[in-house]
Amino acid sequence: MSAAYARLDATALRASILAGERTCARTVAECLAGIDERDGELAAFLSVERDWARERAARLDARLAAGERPGALFGVPVALKANMCTEGIETSCASRILAGWRAPYTATFVQRLLDAGAIVVGVTNMDEFAMGSSSENSCAGPTRNPWDVARTPGGSSSGSAVAVAARMVPLALGSDTGGSVRQPAAMCGVFGFKPTYGRVSRYGLIAFGSSLDQVSPLARSVRDLELVTEVISGHDERDSTSLAEPPIEREHPAAPGSLSGFRVGVPREHFPHDLEPGVRACCEAALARLEAIGAELVPLSLPHTPFAIPTYYVVATAEASSNLARYDGVLFGLRAEGDGTLPGMMAATRAAGFGPEVKRRILLGTYVLSAGYYDEWYGRALKARGLMRDDFERAFEQVDVIAGPTSPTVAFRLGERVDDPLAMYLADALTVPVSLAGVPGISMPCGCALPADGGAGELPVGLQLVGPARSDARLLRIAAAFEAASEDLRREPPPGSAR
Amino acid sequence: MDDPPNEAWIELVRRTAALARLEVSDEEARTLGPQFAAILEHFRTLATLDLGRAEPMTAATRLFDVRRADEPRASQPRDTLLSNAPRRAEGFFSVPKTIGGPE
Repeated sequence: MSAAYARLDATALRASILAGERTCARTVAECLAGIDERDGELAAFLSVERDWARERAARLDARLAAGERPGALFGVPVALKANMCTEGIETSCASRILAGWRAPYTATFVQRLLDAGAIVVGVTNMDEFAMGSSSENSCAGPTRNPWDVARTPGGSSSGSAVAVAARMVPLALGSDTGGSVRQPAAMCGVFGFKPTYGRVSRYGLIAFGSSLDQVSPLARSVRDLELVTEVISGHDERDSTSLAEPPIEREHPAAPGSLSGFRVGVPREHFPHDLEPGVRACCEAALARLEAIGAELVPLSLPHTPFAIPTYYVVATAEASSNLARYDGVLFGLRAEGDGTLPGMMAATRAAGFGPEVKRRILLGTYVLSAGYYDEWYGRALKARGLMRDDFERAFEQVDVIAGPTSPTVAFRLGERVDDPLAMYLADALTVPVSLAGVPGISMPCGCALPADGGAGELPVGLQLVGPARSDARLLRIAAAFEAASEDLRREPPPGSAR
Repeated sequence: MDDPPNEAWIELVRRTAALARLEVSDEEARTLGPQFAAILEHFRTLATLDLGRAEPMTAATRLFDVRRADEPRASQPRDTLLSNAPRRAEGFFSVPKTIGGPE
């Protein structure tokens, strides 16, 4: 891989193209060479759209030469999670049931990327239908963590996080329903941002939990997250839940080096007694860093945090069971014949097409919505969800942002939790409260720590910053101040074939 | 929220699978039964929460009213939508016969 290409974030890469240091064609060639070099080992991509990317780069070069004004992401290679529709490109959600399905239309946020001059280079691996925290639920097999290929990169936006961490692309999109961008960002040592629910249109994002799903970028700098969020956010009449507000505008300049006057809440529930010691140490050091640049730390409580996992898994599985009812062998995707009747065909199709975790969640969701159980499960979870939002709203009367670990552990070993779904769910304890409340959250690298499982190499730790609903620009500004003050805490993953 | 024994959990999985139009094998039901028991046992902490005055949160954002004029719009062409169908016939989706069967 070209060392120069690997060093540049999206903002710098675009500037380098506009300065005439490289063309879009060369940029794509460097990107594809990087994928060739690394992806055999890491398996971040389900498909690489080589011809598509090369043709587009040539067209962009011609348009620039013709004097066309370059867009905000001009020439930037971008990877998309496999649940995002781009007309003509296979969008399988890493599921057998959608194998070979080519989207008949392009998602609003993908169209906005393309309109800004971005180059889609491929589709990334994920947990099937975004259900999972490790990539092990992909029908194509797991993606590997570039810091240690025996470990998970986190999930479900696993391939998008790894493509950015291993420097194959500067920018990728994932989707975050309960932490599916923030958690892999933390485990891979990159930046991942879940905007306020409704900030980015979900039109063209294949649905999992519709009241939680949010398109969320991954990048190597906060300024790139600001750049891409500005491009993809904003009202879309094709998604009735998209916020009727203009796109996020960047607050410039990002507070250079100072958080003086800002109050950072530290919820005691986000530092539980069983937090991995290395994660605790890195996050405490990060809090000290925030304090050192002028922020005031305010201890506080989000008392309903311990109820977040059951609340989330009741709400999300209920929504999933409803959303995934459409995969029945009629309109698209796989069909199995079954006993030849219509219901038999549907039941056989779903049995053949879905993997074990998706089946488990469809069944849990169907159960919590079924007659006789609805009130005691789904009804209670909706009320508990309201209490969790109230927790955040009360906290934000006192503080500007809330800080804590993104994940209770560093990357765990592949295979370690596959037979224990509950253990896998508990990994989401610190990200799901943010999703339930619909507020924005960002995970930022804040150092590396040894895992508590005896592993020999240090692994990245993520600091999560959470802001009030619709405070996206302000949250990113605070994040940029931390980024500038913590350069010495960030490290590069090993160059390849690690351990 | 009673504690059914293992066999009852397996039966619950089978009944729920029928509702979800999902075929599960005996082996899958035997794996899923105890997993259901463990997961729902953990989730039962929700029952300890005092929800007296709590309002259900039915939308992710504070509600806003979304309306638009009820006007017909062009949709995707028929051939495009049919192009991903597993079976089609004469410009329609094709499914097994639905009359005269068990449902």
